Formats: sequence, structure tokens, C-alpha cells
Amino acid sequence: MTQTAILLVRRGGPDDPVTYGQFEVPFEPGLSVLDGLRNIRATSDPTLAFRYACLNANACKECLMLLDGKVIYACTARLEPREMRLDPLPNKPLLRDLSTAIAPPDERLR
Amino acid sequence: MKHLSTDVLVVGAGGAGLYAAIEAARRGAKVLLLDRSLIGRGGATVMAQMTVAAAVGPEGTDHWRHHYADTIAAGRGLCDPALARLLCEAGVEVIREMDRWRVGWARQGDQLAAVQAPGHDRARCVYVDFLATGSAVSKTLRGVAQRTPGITRLGDALVTDLVTRDGAVTGAVALHVESGQPLIVSANATVIATGGLTSLYRRSSASTNMAGDGYALALRAGAELIDMEFVQFFPIGHLAPRLIGMDPIMWDPFRYKLGGRLLNGLGQEFVEHYGSTDSGHYVVTRDLATYAITKEVAAGRGSPNGGAWLSFRHVPATQLRAAFGPVIDRLSTNGIDLARDEVEVSPIAHYHMGGIRVNAYMATCVPGLFAAGEAVGGANGANRLSGNAITEALAFGRMAGCSAAEQPRGLVFDAYDAQAAAELVVAEGPFCNIAKLFARLQSVMSDHVGPFRSAAGLAAASDAVRALSAEAGTAPPGKPQQHDLARVEWFSLRHALLVAESVILAATARTESRGAHQREDFPHLDPDWTCNQMLRLTTCGLQHSRVPVPAAT
Repeated sequence: MTQTAILLVRRGGPDDPVTYGQFEVPFEPGLSVLDGLRNIRATSDPTLAFRYACLNANACKECLMLLDGKVIYACTARLEPREMRLDPLPNKPLLRDLSTAIAPPDERLR
Repeated sequence: MKHLSTDVLVVGAGGAGLYAAIEAARRGAKVLLLDRSLIGRGGATVMAQMTVAAAVGPEGTDHWRHHYADTIAAGRGLCDPALARLLCEAGVEVIREMDRWRVGWARQGDQLAAVQAPGHDRARCVYVDFLATGSAVSKTLRGVAQRTPGITRLGDALVTDLVTRDGAVTGAVALHVESGQPLIVSANATVIATGGLTSLYRRSSASTNMAGDGYALALRAGAELIDMEFVQFFPIGHLAPRLIGMDPIMWDPFRYKLGGRLLNGLGQEFVEHYGSTDSGHYVVTRDLATYAITKEVAAGRGSPNGGAWLSFRHVPATQLRAAFGPVIDRLSTNGIDLARDEVEVSPIAHYHMGGIRVNAYMATCVPGLFAAGEAVGGANGANRLSGNAITEALAFGRMAGCSAAEQPRGLVFDAYDAQAAAELVVAEGPFCNIAKLFARLQSVMSDHVGPFRSAAGLAAASDAVRALSAEAGTAPPGKPQQHDLARVEWFSLRHALLVAESVILAATARTESRGAHQREDFPHLDPDWTCNQMLRLTTCGLQHSRVPVPAAT
């Protein structure tokens, strides 16, 4: 039987009430949390927002988020066949879903 | 609507864009540097863990002319000599300037340490340990850009169209990803430094935001593209077991330092059977290695996941650790012990030799429009030498920054010219899963427009691209909102589809095999095809023509 990971993902913008979307994604040993998030966008919900640029190489350092309350890079945290809760970084302005404004202030549009 | 005004607009903040911005600013220009990702985080430079070629050895040991001869030979007759010369000659200066900026090139005694990469006649490839070349280059340039007065840096800005007036580029329109709103930029000169098109393929070695944006922007603004059929596949991209947190082309530096053996599914060395030698050393060029692996897999002698085995089992563990220290630990967290395990590798989209046609000053045929780095076509002909990409990024970036800063005044921006593009940024189309369409484009390109092409496959790819264009529609899906990846992807796909069409058209026309372009139905090099192909976008669609390779001066 194929195993699944259940991702509970914080949805919405800064002014929305806190809600979580639940997504089941196929689990295989070796997959990253980022793989799981990209699977959600490609198969069920393309509106899900999160940051990444380099894709699993841990070079861009954009995919910072909280997994079960701890700061992780989604590209190096392994997906596991269990319920995993994902939240945006708490100390950065929330844009939407898991995406936050992480650029330094002088590299953002004023 | 936000409107910014600048002397020089640089699109893309990888190695080429950062260097262009620095050079333009130190010549007194006011610079705006945009990136669709965050500044210095996206693109290919930050992913490059490998080496940088330049004739920086001590007096008498090397000269840029030797590097130039190797570059021309690797290009299989198609290099633009002026661009290749700029790469090799100015390359020396920019590598030295990076050293003064303390990038941290590895040293051997009082010299820069250098390895000999395939296709080079001597050791001239410098690097930053361990596997940190690209991130060190990005970080260093980003730091210099921060300290250089006159540069405004702005991330989360995806340029969707250039703005033109009377055939000249006067600025650009971008989707500001953070807000979901348009950003209008007026500029006296614009430099495209958006890198290549590797994201058009399923497996690639660069960031996911390299979908050929700059090629599409240039075409729509009236500029010409050259050599679009030559996509370089890196032969030994990591295939299996699953490796995360690492660059898929990391095995290249391993081979430079330690040799390593390339074996087929039966455990035999095989590269020799395809007319090259490799055995334990690393001398085979990229196009030949890609050919050998692909043919071996097609003959049923591949590794379990459809590639080749790469083995370092003959290398003592102490030597592995001495060469790559912390990387050995990162491999171990992925469950890989090189003293025990072989890994599977196969060709992976890596670099684009083709691109925007420019002169040796990085100027396109469109007034006000320049290009730099991988976005430029022609310097590397039909096949790029190892180590030339970062050198090209830095050398061309510096030249483009200089030219853009010196561009005479006179072009006038009119908001009217930006109106249609700005409206498209916030247009509201029907729902459509663009992520899914993008994945389909990657499959089509990988299956039919990879290292091996045929007339039938290319025709199928062309039909598929047309179908995808129809499905993507004429407006991005849904309403504009903050950080909307679907809207980003729609604009990215719009660029990518035009670029895919360009590659397919050029690959279909070139009825021979040369360098990175291999035709199953035309397996031999044809001397009549020792010419470049040029593309431009007209009211009748893409038009291509053959142009002679420029003569060496």
C-alpha cells in the first residue's frame, strides 16, 4: 500500500482568521517537505503560496518555514508518513499562506 | 501604480546582473537591479558548485590565448570569436577583481589553486572550497553591490515585458510578486541578465526560475536570438538515490579532484566505446559523455534508474575526506558512503549556448537594450567548455554595465507604451493549473528536445507547445493577490512557450549533428552547417535565417 504524508498548511493572508488546509501527498523515502508542497500545487491546489528558487539544493535559502513549530528549510527537511504542520515564519511579515517577506528592507519595494 | 525611473535597469541578479549593476554604478549611473527571486539567491550562479576558467596562472604558465583556443575548439566551429575573446581576455581581469573582493579562491602556496577540467589544455579552473564557488561568488557580488552607491536592489519583481518606443527599449513592466501589482520602470538603458532556459526541462541543474525569460523579452522587443538549438546537458547529473540539500551536478568537482569511474549497468567502463577515453581520469567533453551515457542506456545497458554508475569506491576514505571534508558528511545524511556506494548519474539540462545576439559591447540590435551572461548567445558555439559559464557571467556583466552606463541620452519613456503590459499584469483569466501545464512543457522538452532530436519528435514537440499555448490562454488565472505563484507561473510559462518554440524551430532546421545538438536522423556533422542560426519575432511569428559565423579579427 502506498504511504501518504498529511500536510496541515496554514492558509490565508495577514488579515485572515487562522485556518489550516489539509493535504495528503504520496510519501516515498527521501522526499523533502518541499517536494510535498510542490506536489500539492501540481495536483490539487495551485494557489498555495510558499517560497523556493533553487529546488532542493539548499542554495537559495528561501524556503524557511515552521514544521511543527520549528524553523526548517523545506528543501532539507524530510517528508514523513505522518501528520506534519506547516506555518509561515512568525517573525517576518506574512504575505500569504507560507510566504513571508524575508528580504532585507532595502531590497523591498517601498 | 508604482513607477520607478533609472539610468540603467538590470534584469536578473545572478553573477552577470550583479557585475553589470556594479560596473554601471561605478561609472556614475543610477542603477535599478531587479530579480524575480530575491537578490543574489536565484538563478544559476548561486547553484554553481564548480570551477571557473581563466588564464590567471603565474606569468609564463598560461595566457588567455590558450584558453581562447580551447574555447573555440570546444565550440565546434560556431563560436563568435569576438565574444569568445572577451570571455577569455576580460575573464582574467574579473577573476582577479573577485579575488580583491575576497571571494576566497582556493590557494596553493601563493598562487590560486587550479584544476584541469575536460577540454582545457592545462589547469586553469579556480574554485572556492568546498563546493562553494557559486554561493561565494553570489555573496561577494551582493556585498559589493550593497556597498556601491547608486544601486537600488529589488527582489520579487518578475519582468513581464519590455517597453519600446520607435524600435528602442525605454523601460520595462514587472509583476511585483509580493503585492501582485504592476511595477513600471523607465530606463535609459536595459541589461538582460536572466540566465538560461534550464527550467524548460524536467531535470536541471539551475534554479527553477530559469525559464528563458530574457530570451522571450528580447524577442518581443525586436532583438535577435542566435544558436537556440544548442542546449548543454551536463552528463553526470545526480539521478539516484534521492539526494536533497545538494546541487545535482556536484559530482563534477569530485571527478576533477578524484577521478572516479563511469560504469554501465553491467559494471563495465563504456565511454571508450564511443571514441573517447575516460578511464579513471576526467577528460571527456560534455557533449561526448552525454552521447555515450544516452546511447548506453538506449542499448539496454543503463543503471536501474536509466543512467550510468559513478564510482569512487577505489578511492581511500581518507582521500575522500581530505578532498571534500564537510560534503562527505552531507552525503552521509543522505545515506551515501562513497567508499561503499556507487551513485547513479545521467544527463541533466545545464546551460544554454544560444541566446540573445549581441556585439562585443553586449549591445543588441535594439537601441537601449543590452544583454549579459548566459542570456547572451554565441560565445561558446555548439558546446561550452567546463568553467566558462561564471567567467562569461562576470566578464560580460562588466562589459554590459559599462556599455549601458555610457548609453547616450535621448530615448523618451511614455507611459502609454507600458499600458497594455501593465494591464496584463493584473488581468483576470479563467482558472487553470499552470503548475501542471509547466510540468507538461518540461516533459515535452525532455522527451523530444533533449540531447537527441529527430524530425518526428520535434514536430510532436511543436504541436504540444501550440496546444499548451492555447490552454494557457491570454490572461493569468484568477484575481491578483499577494505572492501568487500561479500568476508568476503564468507569466513564466508565457516566456517559456515562446522560448521552447525558438529551440524547436532552430533544432528542426539544423539537419546535422554538432556538439550539443544531436539529430538521430542526421547523425553526422555537415560542413555546410558551419553557420549560426538567427531568430526574430515578426508579425508572421518566429522567422529564422542562416548567418555566417563571424570571422576572427
